Amino acid sequence: MSGVWVFVEQVEGKAANVSWEAIGLGRKLGESLKQPVTAVVFGTNAAALGNEAIQFGADNALACDDATLADFRFEPYANLMTKLAKERQPDVILAGATTRGRDLLGAVAVDLDTGLIADAIGAELADGRIHAMRPVYAGKLLSTVTSAGNPQMLTIRSRAFPAPVAEASRSGNVETVGAALGENDIKVKVTGFEAAQGTVSLSDAAIIVSGGRGVGGPEGFTPLRELAGSVGGALGASRAAVDAGWIPYDHQVGQTGKTVSPDLYIACGISGAIQHQAGMRTSKVIVAINKDAEAPIMKLARFAIIGDLFEIVPALTAAFKKKLG
Amino acid sequence: MRVVVCTKETPDTAARVEVKDNVVSWGDSPLVINPWDEYSVEEGLLLKEKHGATACTVIGMGSESTKEALKHAIAMGCDDAYLISDSALAGADTGLTSHALAKALGKLDDVGLAIFGKQAIDGDTGQTAAMVGRRLGWSTLTYVSKVLEIDFSAKTIKVARLLEQGQQICSAPLPAVISVVKDINEPRYPSFMGIRKAGKAEIPTWSGADIGLDAGVTSKVTWPSITPPPTKAGAVEMIDGANADEKAAKLVDKLIAEKVI
Repeated sequence: MSGVWVFVEQVEGKAANVSWEAIGLGRKLGESLKQPVTAVVFGTNAAALGNEAIQFGADNALACDDATLADFRFEPYANLMTKLAKERQPDVILAGATTRGRDLLGAVAVDLDTGLIADAIGAELADGRIHAMRPVYAGKLLSTVTSAGNPQMLTIRSRAFPAPVAEASRSGNVETVGAALGENDIKVKVTGFEAAQGTVSLSDAAIIVSGGRGVGGPEGFTPLRELAGSVGGALGASRAAVDAGWIPYDHQVGQTGKTVSPDLYIACGISGAIQHQAGMRTSKVIVAINKDAEAPIMKLARFAIIGDLFEIVPALTAAFKKKLG
Repeated sequence: MRVVVCTKETPDTAARVEVKDNVVSWGDSPLVINPWDEYSVEEGLLLKEKHGATACTVIGMGSESTKEALKHAIAMGCDDAYLISDSALAGADTGLTSHALAKALGKLDDVGLAIFGKQAIDGDTGQTAAMVGRRLGWSTLTYVSKVLEIDFSAKTIKVARLLEQGQQICSAPLPAVISVVKDINEPRYPSFMGIRKAGKAEIPTWSGADIGLDAGVTSKVTWPSITPPPTKAGAVEMIDGANADEKAAKLVDKLIAEKVI
């Protein structure tokens, strides 16, 4: 058993940010275990992404650029990852805890009869085994988690681990491998894709501006959208706002929506029900803009402005524009 | 073909979950059907009502109290329910859970589709559906936001999947394992007749031996310590000022000082 593998998630020829964060963690584990870090990249642009992964800290890469792997699909990705892992016996396999990462590592853990730790926000080594930290009960509790079996497998939450800085001077070997399945062997066919509205995905966003019941209606999100736009942030919402039909579900933050951990979370007109807190409590700095100084969100907030969000939010947009140019 | 909803019981989302000596408790809060699974139950019922599934069955793994979650599904309209319960499954990780569920699905005849919620709100791993699909070798479609077409006689399904970047449209043969997201439907409330039916329902319990559990499949993942999350240092700082502009300017300065801008 040797080697720390990191699955680099490719979407339309680009890598997901969380994959570089996983490379950073892989580097840390690899140094402690005295093992090389291998980036594993499938699909469009795989070899180039393998080289990029080396710049971010991998020692080498395994790449398979095959038409059957252009879009992530469960079977061909899992079969190839399993085949490679059986041949080469890595000690650790990491991936982002994304829709794709959870599916892929879940399938491979079944194939290899090993444990899989989901959605880690911390990871340390003790006697060669990974001890991960992860939120459970929607972040109401924290659990340490270990697993038996080899390889040790782990998915990591976006923005929980620092992203390394790419160094153009780093180089390493990118080995090209063939696909494990032909198109005729693959049950699922991808026939279309509709990109989401909004430019910044919530899970990747460094800044999120979120609105709740206090926003009052669909048009109430307009100043929030402007504030998010002025700082390059994403637009979030509480369940109350989504259930009222003011904003689509893919903006929902909370226990039955997305879990986010931005550097800055600005909660506008959100009281902060326990279900909402579950989705955003790991944000670095939380700002509450609310009429009610007693709202539960104040217990999480670092800063608060008490008042009418329709006065304060536009003033904030103007103040950011003034300071940031 | 039959649709099978796979569920479990969890504390209610409003529960104040606490931990003492590594034992998790939730006070007086009731255990409920995992909230994400209400969407899978609803979808199973819709597939029976509108797309010709022959039955909507619900199965759940856990202790005797899991029958309450199964009865909730019957009260919503499911035809029948089975509880998988065995001391060998106590504290099961997703690997062992997926093995038990795959075995139970294999015991039921003529299954066209197994439906899971996106995740359970206690463990929050979101990987069990994919692992069950892998064990069965069925088409596996996670994060489904809409079933666009399903034909139980031609054995085909077409769905939209909600990924980080948007909606992916996929088609696949049945049988299939899907997991569904909240966007897919609006779960119905249990009807009066449904509640009466659930009250009288006999729910058979399947042991590990009944489903053919393989003793070679074991839990690999353990959680040696569970703690409350670190509490936030210090109280909230209220930003004051004569007017909105002054408050906004003060806040921006603070945020820049915190290096989050």
